[in-house]
Amino acid sequence: MEQIYKAPPECQTKFTFGSGRDFLRAKVSDLSFRYNPEDRRVLNKVSLPVFDKKITALIGPSGCGKTTLLRCFNRMHDLYNATSYEGDIVLYPEGKNILSSEIDPMEVRMRIGMVFQKPNPFPKTIYENVAYGLKVRGIKKKSFIDEKIEKSLVQAGLWSEVKDRLQAQATALSGGQQQRLCIARALATDPQILLLDEPTSALDPISTAHIEELIVEIKDDVTIVIVTHNLHQAARCADYTSFMYMGDLIEYGPSEQIFTKPQDKRTENYITGRFG
Amino acid sequence: MADLTAFTSADHPVRKWRKVKDKIIESILFLAALSSVFVTIGIIYILVSESLPFFQHVSFKEFVTEKEWTPMFSEAKFGILPLVVGTFMATLIALTVAIPLGTITAAYLSEYVKPNVREMLKPILEMLAAVPSVVYGYFALLFVTPILQKFLPELGGFSVLSAGIVMGIMIIPYISSLSEDAMRSVPTHLREASAALGSSKFQTTFRVVFPSAFSGISSAYILGISRALGETMVVAIAAGMQPNLSLNPLEPASTITAYIVQVSLGDLPHGSIGFQSIYVAGLTLLIMTLIFNVLGMWIKVRFQEKE
Repeated sequence: MEQIYKAPPECQTKFTFGSGRDFLRAKVSDLSFRYNPEDRRVLNKVSLPVFDKKITALIGPSGCGKTTLLRCFNRMHDLYNATSYEGDIVLYPEGKNILSSEIDPMEVRMRIGMVFQKPNPFPKTIYENVAYGLKVRGIKKKSFIDEKIEKSLVQAGLWSEVKDRLQAQATALSGGQQQRLCIARALATDPQILLLDEPTSALDPISTAHIEELIVEIKDDVTIVIVTHNLHQAARCADYTSFMYMGDLIEYGPSEQIFTKPQDKRTENYITGRFG
Repeated sequence: MADLTAFTSADHPVRKWRKVKDKIIESILFLAALSSVFVTIGIIYILVSESLPFFQHVSFKEFVTEKEWTPMFSEAKFGILPLVVGTFMATLIALTVAIPLGTITAAYLSEYVKPNVREMLKPILEMLAAVPSVVYGYFALLFVTPILQKFLPELGGFSVLSAGIVMGIMIIPYISSLSEDAMRSVPTHLREASAALGSSKFQTTFRVVFPSAFSGISSAYILGISRALGETMVVAIAAGMQPNLSLNPLEPASTITAYIVQVSLGDLPHGSIGFQSIYVAGLTLLIMTLIFNVLGMWIKVRFQEKE
């Protein structure tokens, strides 16, 4: 990894980082967001770094804006009218502000993948689901697609279960399998960042454990930002955690620090279960 | 007021009356449902019983193999083929117009247009369905045919092409409205999944929304086919009422429905074999429509299983 996108000094001084050798993948600065010009801000001048090949968790009570923040990363809000961003999310190494109006949201989504709260495979075959991202990119070479499908299904820990039935309908899979398929579908396009929006909230404990293991495994290949309601999940998987409350980012730091020595009273109250 | 705290015994009058009431309501609902079944059975009975004498004069073999349909000639010939071919030609032309336009309209209304514009466009589109078909017939004859004649000078005053095109326009709202409903009921999370993978709106619409809604869209197509097969006035007015075994859309032709109208208007004496032929023609049309409906149901079930 190049030195050029090492964490800029302001991030380094604001937070104490475990290894000090983490590289910056994206930097959110003073990000505010409204769903409607007349509405209040759902996000209020949020700033945080996202480090390369690390897991960053966003936690906080319902309605705190964590999912809204996550959906800013891939300009998902642009699908709906009247939403407005202020501030920026700079993606490294390009150093481009992906929220800028000059950037095509579609190109942002080509680089940043997303997995949703509810497993949402397309009503197509398993093969077609994973191939979808490649096909919309105009890739037609079958050998390349086949190779990618196998690789991403292996990464998502689903290959051994589905390799003999790639032509089966994806919707026939169990919920946990469907969610791993959605992860494979996102991984097939080699995203620079993978956004996970409460990926296990609709799953049973065993499937959840499966997905957690998988998330930790794939962070060697891809930077992950995860929204979760499950504090144990954040503590177990995430390298960095940020606590949000009512649209503000209250505290950010290495997960260990957030969960053992929170600096802010509100963080402490939340993680000890006093509210939220 | 009955005492609600106590349970009543089985022969308690309140309880008996409650049961009777339920029975009465059930019977009324049953009769209402039954009435449509009886009408259907009645229609089939009339068609079949009136068709039987016809087949005593004309052999079934002649009916399906004879290439001419000339019940009004002194030497009458009864080959259903020209009418069936005319019906199919008109339907095919209508669908060639209606399926692409209807589907694209549905995709536009469901995926692209802003809600306020949609609310304005939909009633206008649905007005197409409210225009009486006899008006469409004259629209074909007096407006579309002259325009077509500018491009195709050999086109006569009556043609299947003109009738088919106008019939297609007529069934656009049936196809677009049902297809739009089907496309709009595709869950948003599938659109978001597609967008998140980097697809354009067009890719999302035609690679995800359209296939996901296909079971509903196919019913829209089947309804369109049934409408086109059974449509009468447009073809009766604009296609020329000339039974003609030809695949050339520029020629005049007749369809089963147009023929039935022609005879019903009194061109043939009541009770004659020619008159009976309309029942046979009607039965043929019923069977054709039935086949398409069964086919449609099969497609619908097949695609639903996949979801």
